[in-house]
Amino acid sequence: MIMGEQKPLEVILGMLAPYDKIVLAGCHGCVTVCRAGGAKEVEILASSLRLAREAEGRPLEIKEVTLERQCDPEYLEPMRPYLEDYQAVLSIACGAGIQFVAEKYTSTVVLPGLDTTFIGVTEKQGLWVERCQACGDCVLHLTGGICPVARCSKSLFNGPCGGTTTDGRCEVDKEIPCGWMMIIERLRSLNQLENYRKNLPMKSWKTSRDGGPRRIAREDLME
Amino acid sequence: MKTASRLERVFDEGHFAVTTECGPPRGSDPEVIRKKGELLRGSVDAINVTDNQTSVVRMASIASCAILKEMGLEPIVQMVTRDRNRISLQSDILGAAGLGLNAILCLSGDHQTFGDDPDAKNVFDIDSIQLIELVKMMRDEGKFPSGKEIQGPPNLFIGAACNPFAEPFEIRPIRLAKKVDAGVQFIQTQCIYNLDRFEKFMDEVRKLGLHEQVKILAGVTPLKSAGMAKFMKKNVAGMDIPDDVIQRMADTPKEEQAAKGIEICVESIERLRKVEGVAGAHIMAIEWEKMVPVIAEKAGLLPRPDISVPSD
Amino acid sequence: MILKAFEKGADGVMVVGCLEGDCHYLSGNLRARARVGRVADVLDTIGMGGERVAMYNLSAGEGNKFALFATEMVDKIRSLGPSPVNVARKSRKQAPAQEEK
Ligand code: SF4
Ligand code: SF4
Repeated sequence: MIMGEQKPLEVILGMLAPYDKIVLAGCHGCVTVCRAGGAKEVEILASSLRLAREAEGRPLEIKEVTLERQCDPEYLEPMRPYLEDYQAVLSIACGAGIQFVAEKYTSTVVLPGLDTTFIGVTEKQGLWVERCQACGDCVLHLTGGICPVARCSKSLFNGPCGGTTTDGRCEVDKEIPCGWMMIIERLRSLNQLENYRKNLPMKSWKTSRDGGPRRIAREDLME
Repeated sequence: MKTASRLERVFDEGHFAVTTECGPPRGSDPEVIRKKGELLRGSVDAINVTDNQTSVVRMASIASCAILKEMGLEPIVQMVTRDRNRISLQSDILGAAGLGLNAILCLSGDHQTFGDDPDAKNVFDIDSIQLIELVKMMRDEGKFPSGKEIQGPPNLFIGAACNPFAEPFEIRPIRLAKKVDAGVQFIQTQCIYNLDRFEKFMDEVRKLGLHEQVKILAGVTPLKSAGMAKFMKKNVAGMDIPDDVIQRMADTPKEEQAAKGIEICVESIERLRKVEGVAGAHIMAIEWEKMVPVIAEKAGLLPRPDISVPSD
Repeated sequence: MILKAFEKGADGVMVVGCLEGDCHYLSGNLRARARVGRVADVLDTIGMGGERVAMYNLSAGEGNKFALFATEMVDKIRSLGPSPVNVARKSRKQAPAQEEK
């Protein structure tokens, strides 16, 4: 799931300074699960913004909506009838959702209320942690199901580096378990340490972030 | 194929090798590196120059090495994969060889969060093991990874680092074996203070027969004070300083602690020298380069063999 | 919900929960305390003052204590004065009136 975190209130207020009539748009998708951009967050953010602006003596009118998903065209359509009446849309969907709103409504100012952070999991209530960097060529079958790209701070393919601490933490931060320590422990318990013994060759990053926007085209599904 | 590296010759002739390292200046004044080079002349076989160690910006390792080379010294260029993608690495490997450098140390590098520019974007296109493979391919096959031929392959003696003290311990000899597979020819270890554990590590290394395939230089660093020992133990990841070493330093009056540190360092070298499979010592005296000749002298490592490397 | 109360014109909000370790919903009261903390942060950021919201824990039979806490809270809010939002609203209401003159 895609994770995000609301931008600081001061930053959002700064972006909204020129406007006094906006749409605040949440999303029922991923950002609802990570409690950053769902209906509830729309409500809280709207209240906070209104209070702040009232205290400044420049009230802000906010239309609160939460769309099924901001990354699918059909769910964006319902905004069309009323968008004209507002000066800007503040979206608290992920970066993809925010962009899709901007793309769909070309004459509307669209502002990000959320910092999109990573693809991750809910480790426990209130704690979300990154797991995948969408490298486009998954190697989890070689590394015991633990990702070297996302979970080693240096994305090493033949770790661990010399910085692993005695309690198995990454040199970068005590909060980060060393990804390679985990890979090795996992391979050992799976009796697959021979996977580690072989050097993994230089990875092709062609499938990763570096070639402009990536795409998946499925002829069988296209109309 | 043999390189023109003096270090390789020293090994070939069966000597116990001595290397050291120095950090380039945080500025563009070549005198700083020349002074360090002069201090080290005659007491070591080769000198590593660090590559933006701990992610703190310094003069380029290649440039500093070229300055040492000009002085008739034998530098080892360190190269980290943190800051360069494979295009830049290939180009710098050619550049190093072009400047007449004969040896390279392949590293992944400390993470950028340790340095002055934690906001930098890191690269890590490849890792240290893949860098060893890259240099070896360019040298021995005369080819780039793209398959294209190299006009004048870089003839570099290939080294890497190894930390026998970082977790998971049991994997460290195996990781060394991976580096040997990749084609590494010499290894410089992390500073050794826990000799018992290092000896255990070497037992494993010998069981795997690695000591016959790669020259291992045992790393040592003289402690300047008890405070430094405590600081390193606490703050440097993968650094193992046993309590009795710290105690020995702490039991020494402050003014004599530096001398005690040198004494411990010399003792360590003497003991490490006897460990089967240890082919040399790598003396790292960070910003204390003037002590390297003293340590080499006291440990009976002088004079260094007089090797006339054919100029290429 | 707490923020809504402020929007409706409250100068302070007192949240009362059951005793810690004694929650019928296990840890509902602890989470409530954390949320009150977040609301206080929001109020601080927008210049209303985080002191305007407070959480108290009480058991069902502590009527006296409730009265005590309530008085304490009211006193605190009095000393803080009306919320900046209310001040702003009032002055806006007065402004048009003056224009009419
Ligand atoms: S290997 Fe690539 S695709 Fe697989 S989990 Fe890691 S980043 Fe994601
Ligand atoms: S300590 Fe572990 S996770 Fe951190 S960079 Fe090194 S190998 Fe990667």
